[in-house]
Amino acid sequence: MSPLDMSPDLDPRDRGGEQQPLLIVRDLRRHFPIKGAGGRAVKAVDGVSFDVRKGEILGVVGESGCGKSTLARLLLHLIRPDAGELVFDGDQVDAPRGITVAALRRQAQMVFQDSYSSLNPRMPVRDSVAFGPFVQGEPKAKAREIARDMLAKVGLNPDQFGPRYPHELSGGQKQRVNVARALATNPRMVILDEPVSALDKSVEAQVLNLLRALKRQFNLTYVFISHDMNVVRYISDRVLVMYLGKIVELGPVDEIFSHPRHPYTRALLASRPSMDPARRMEEPPVTGDPPNPIDPPSGCRFRTRCAYSEPLCATSEPALSAMGGGHIAACHMLDPASGHSAAGAMS
Amino acid sequence: MSQTVVFPGSAVSPHEDQAAPETRIRSYWQSVGYRLRHDKATVFFGTMVLLIVLSAVLAPWLAPFDPYKESIIGRLKPMGWRGHLLGTDELGRDMLSRLLYGGRVSLLMGIVPVIFATCAGGALGVIAGFMGGKVNTGIMRTMDVFYAFPSVLLAVAISGAMGGGMSNGMLALTLVFIPPMCRVAETATTQVRALDFIEAARATGAGTMTIVRHHVLGNVLGPVFIYASSLVSVSILLASGLSFLGLGVRPPTADWGLMLSTLRQSIYVVPVVCALPGVAIFITSICFNLVSDGLRQAMDVRM
Repeated sequence: MSPLDMSPDLDPRDRGGEQQPLLIVRDLRRHFPIKGAGGRAVKAVDGVSFDVRKGEILGVVGESGCGKSTLARLLLHLIRPDAGELVFDGDQVDAPRGITVAALRRQAQMVFQDSYSSLNPRMPVRDSVAFGPFVQGEPKAKAREIARDMLAKVGLNPDQFGPRYPHELSGGQKQRVNVARALATNPRMVILDEPVSALDKSVEAQVLNLLRALKRQFNLTYVFISHDMNVVRYISDRVLVMYLGKIVELGPVDEIFSHPRHPYTRALLASRPSMDPARRMEEPPVTGDPPNPIDPPSGCRFRTRCAYSEPLCATSEPALSAMGGGHIAACHMLDPASGHSAAGAMS
Repeated sequence: MSQTVVFPGSAVSPHEDQAAPETRIRSYWQSVGYRLRHDKATVFFGTMVLLIVLSAVLAPWLAPFDPYKESIIGRLKPMGWRGHLLGTDELGRDMLSRLLYGGRVSLLMGIVPVIFATCAGGALGVIAGFMGGKVNTGIMRTMDVFYAFPSVLLAVAISGAMGGGMSNGMLALTLVFIPPMCRVAETATTQVRALDFIEAARATGAGTMTIVRHHVLGNVLGPVFIYASSLVSVSILLASGLSFLGLGVRPPTADWGLMLSTLRQSIYVVPVVCALPGVAIFITSICFNLVSDGLRQAMDVRM
């Protein structure tokens, strides 16, 4: 049986069963040291823990520079983490008794934001798609066959588009090729780093629908990174909100959008342009730029832009507290014992 | 997002992209070839280069006289004297034959160092560019040391230190060309390395060598090739200069630079004949230069 027409329920690679998260991320950390800054570093991802459940789409949102893309690359070890661990389907990655990074990359793939620079300009797109299977040990002819098959699956006629070069394709077509390339090695998890941000709205919708259909067809798990709240709401099962390298809120998509707990999430939601003139902004929108991730604010990192900031927020860092239904958020106002004047009022 | 349509059960969504017009698909090199063929100047000078190379290769059959046959009475004769179409030099040797044979040495000195420098400098540049960090610093700063000297001075110094002769001259020229070639390759590689498709290739689990072979070399080859073709004329000039200074080919070997050097005392006797080697150098290097320019234009496809 070809791995491409495998039935969704019978993945022989599933080791832990349905309850075992596909990916467990624990205290992942990556700081980029700055040259000549006396050991100071950009704290791109600063202690992030979450699970990715089997078969779900986990949306990751946040402003530019909050560490989303670094997180994506850390999940595939394209950037080495400074600390923390990844557990893929029960096996720790890059650990003595776990699986190797190469083994992880056989089961997880990535789609990049820039559809242009993520394809080799001197390679026909079918060769770009065939490269993954070829590298992972398929003979050339078989790799080409997989590439043809995958191009057809993403809605591109392999005879017509396969021999073309990236500059001969539109943005949407290139992103389809990128999806085909990511799926050609038959992964279980795909990390999508802003896959539709560079596309215009109509093409964006097509690619999102394609991603949904492919997820069903191949029983995939997505980590979907975006800065667009609407896109995340459309596609995700759960949403993770990041701010300056940390998780501020995580929960089921409906919960996050109907009952956002963290002031940052509220502000993000409020800053969406509304189509309804009767619906006015009720929350104060986030203004200004995020603080410099080299020297993030003490205590709660959001306090410099938060309307509810109090002296307490500068001295102690709020922990992620559970609010039931798998919804967690990190804010002093959610913890009655924190001493914040609004504590308990929000929950 | 409310207006989006979901296509259930199928990954293939019908959309207007499918209706893209049927066009003939050319590979990169095919389109470069097409552009070259339709560039009249490049075709003309390319033909010239071909003729020059052919005349050098076929020198033994084309030369009307033995280039080393001296004649006491037939020294420094003007063009056309007793069948010597381009006259004779200070030892009575036939100029046309010597120019044909001299082309062999000059072209060899022009092309061989460039090939060696392209291989060595290109490899160093790709390594420096792809590895980055300390490796890059080590290689590129070493190259900068060579950069500090003017290329002519460096060539003279190296071949002066190692002694004259053709192979030493070639070695000197190779060493002179490695640093700039290395820099061109390093720049191109660094640019390519930062692109996402390299990261995507790493995400499939490909090793460094596989990535370099499949994804880097193809993108670095263009700029390196263009630069190498422009170096050929420089190399011919430098080689002639070395021979002129007595650091390159030894007499009595026919070589344009050397001929220019030995004939310069006779410039007032037969000025036209004495200028001939210089004319040959000039035409050859200009032809190579213009072909290189044409190549640069043809290969500068914004992709």
